[in-house]
Amino acid sequence: MSDNLIKPYGDTLNDGVVQLSFTLPIEASARARKAAEAYVAKLNFEEISVAHYKKIADGFTYFVVYARAIPVLDYNHIQAQEVESKGMDYYEINKQIAEKFGRKLNVVGATIGTDAHTVGIDAIMNMKGWDGNYGLERYSEMNAYNMGAQIPSETLLAKAIEVKADAILVSQTVTQKDSHIRNFTEFMELVEAENLRKNFILLIGGPRITNEMAIEMGYDAGFGPGTKPSNVAEYILTRLMEKQGLSR
Amino acid sequence: MLHLPLEPQQIQRVKTLAREIAAQVQDFIDLHSSDSSERTVLRLYGVDGVTEDGVPLPNRLVELLRESRLIESGVSRAFAAAMIKTGLGASETAQALHEGTIRFSELKSIPADLVINKEKELCQRAISLLDRSRKVKREKAQKFGNPSYPWRYLIVASGNIFEDRTQARSAAFSGADVIAVIRSTAQSLLDYIPFGATTEGFGGTYATQENFRIMRSALDEVSQDLKRYVRLTNYSSGLCMAEIAACAAIEDLDMLLNDSMYGILFRDINMKRTFVDQYFSRMICGRAKIVINTGEDNYLTTSDAIDKAYTVTASQLINEAMGHNALLSDDLLGLGHAFEINPKIKNQLLYEVSHAQLARQLFPSAPLKYMPATKHKSTDIFFSHVMDTLFNLVTIATKQGIHLAGMATEAIHTPLMQDRYKSLANTNYVFNAAADFGSEFQIRPDGFIAKRAQQVLDEAEACLIKVHEVGLMQAISEGQFADTYRSKDGGKGLSGVFAKAIDYSNPILAQIKAEGMME
Repeated sequence: MSDNLIKPYGDTLNDGVVQLSFTLPIEASARARKAAEAYVAKLNFEEISVAHYKKIADGFTYFVVYARAIPVLDYNHIQAQEVESKGMDYYEINKQIAEKFGRKLNVVGATIGTDAHTVGIDAIMNMKGWDGNYGLERYSEMNAYNMGAQIPSETLLAKAIEVKADAILVSQTVTQKDSHIRNFTEFMELVEAENLRKNFILLIGGPRITNEMAIEMGYDAGFGPGTKPSNVAEYILTRLMEKQGLSR
Repeated sequence: MLHLPLEPQQIQRVKTLAREIAAQVQDFIDLHSSDSSERTVLRLYGVDGVTEDGVPLPNRLVELLRESRLIESGVSRAFAAAMIKTGLGASETAQALHEGTIRFSELKSIPADLVINKEKELCQRAISLLDRSRKVKREKAQKFGNPSYPWRYLIVASGNIFEDRTQARSAAFSGADVIAVIRSTAQSLLDYIPFGATTEGFGGTYATQENFRIMRSALDEVSQDLKRYVRLTNYSSGLCMAEIAACAAIEDLDMLLNDSMYGILFRDINMKRTFVDQYFSRMICGRAKIVINTGEDNYLTTSDAIDKAYTVTASQLINEAMGHNALLSDDLLGLGHAFEINPKIKNQLLYEVSHAQLARQLFPSAPLKYMPATKHKSTDIFFSHVMDTLFNLVTIATKQGIHLAGMATEAIHTPLMQDRYKSLANTNYVFNAAADFGSEFQIRPDGFIAKRAQQVLDEAEACLIKVHEVGLMQAISEGQFADTYRSKDGGKGLSGVFAKAIDYSNPILAQIKAEGMME
């Protein structure tokens, strides 16, 4: 296979143009501007132009910089695991569940640990959903249990066992000091310690979550910003069909 | 000038409904106290510090009082008696009680008149702390220069109070009038206040009296440099509402997030506990002139911002009525609302103007706290920045009081220093460019904005009529607010609520009540 070399695109192929904005812990001055240029050069850029700089506090200067990136990348070497979606809607998903399983699917979700944010789990699970896309509670072929925030891992797992959950949704919004990674890992360790990993489809979600991250930590899939409830519902449906050897 | 054609009679009706709803709850409040309210009395009497195991002394003493089965009479008289017994100061007496060298159960022999005199002396100390804070803040605002509304409100939240201080200085430099230090996420559920300066937190920084002092002192220096009084905010919510209010008053904080229902709905804190604690916390805020910020924005992140807009109005009316019961003057009522309508909705801006102007006219003297978009913020930071521009325009056009600056990176991370700078640059631009926008335009009496506001007010009135019929506690347990159901005896903290005995005494509360609203 021939190389497929790429660079950022400004207005001409392979011009490498990138916009950067950052703050340096120095007083705004001509010297500070030079420092910003020199620093961006160290990042492997050329034709560096400091478009704007301004003092934003004593000892701190903010910069807006345009520059051309030097490295090229062979796109053929890049692979990613995306959650596959056929873009099924609410009606189609309910119909498929009824046809393929003949029972309602059970889904439990929570924000675990000390994280108090329900915004993510609510967007996916609450009746209303978001952006005109109904939440899992609304699905006629699902029993959805949204436990809210600050739920201990043990409580979430106990609930999942109690309702014979097909899927567990774990949400994390706070990422300070990687608390989300710790919490996801803790939950996975708990499920594995109880020897229940194969019983559930395990999904994670949050503003800083990627599918790769989820798979790396042993989850089935991860959902980041912009995820609609129907994306999650479709994933649960198709993954469960796969697990049970049903054809699509 | 922007003006909605609202009927004065209807405004009267909704205010009366809210007043009567609040009065019912007040009947319950007056007969009860809580562990955290008693701890507040101790803090204002000068008890501070922690035991060798890290338990705050106010907590330890209230536990001991419970063990002695004397809690129903309140801690005030018992502690006054203990001080007579030791002949020492508040901290030394607290230490002696903790160590068991004296016991609450062994103080009955001390003559009642001596105890009452000691209690008066302690109460005087407490009230003078609150009065001093009120005066100090007024003097600082005069000395440094008091910014006019809308105040630009910026959040810092690094987890480390010393890092927060750097961020706060930078935000003030870029134009912030108010700095809020977000709390560590789980703090609202702690039944004590952590102690000392803290450098670790999750999603925020612990609220401690020492952290309050560190940040207020940094902002005093900043105010001096900028010739503009920069205010400080923290959170009087959760299980320690009144205690936080006491610490905040002692350290001269200017504002506190304090809502009569937020903890119940969004943190599953027991409603009896919350109502009792919010009352004492607000009595302290009124006396020390701390502006409260209520949490109605949360209704719109949980439920739909158009369908449930009326819950914001209904809750604002209830918060106002309960605030008045706690002697908060109108200039201390930072009633909350938010710019949370989906940007894909046609005429989103007109809806937002309508809702914001409705709040403005219902509460003409309150410094309304207006919150930016969060739920519909995009990870495309440039789009989010544009959303904030419209939000800024609504604030200035409808003359909001406290403007929480929106962040372009809201959907991504805790703000960076440069995120706050860009937000303030946007805010400063719009506030200046559209300074007199609201005075130059009129709202069509038969147009979309006026009709929409009328609809929200009608729905709010219908909601209040329902709440009035069953009572606020019952209404909350029926899911009237935020689509959330909370039972009267459910949630955290109920075990810390008790009915006052006939000899119950809290002279601080009694004196504040007797002396009425402060100028």
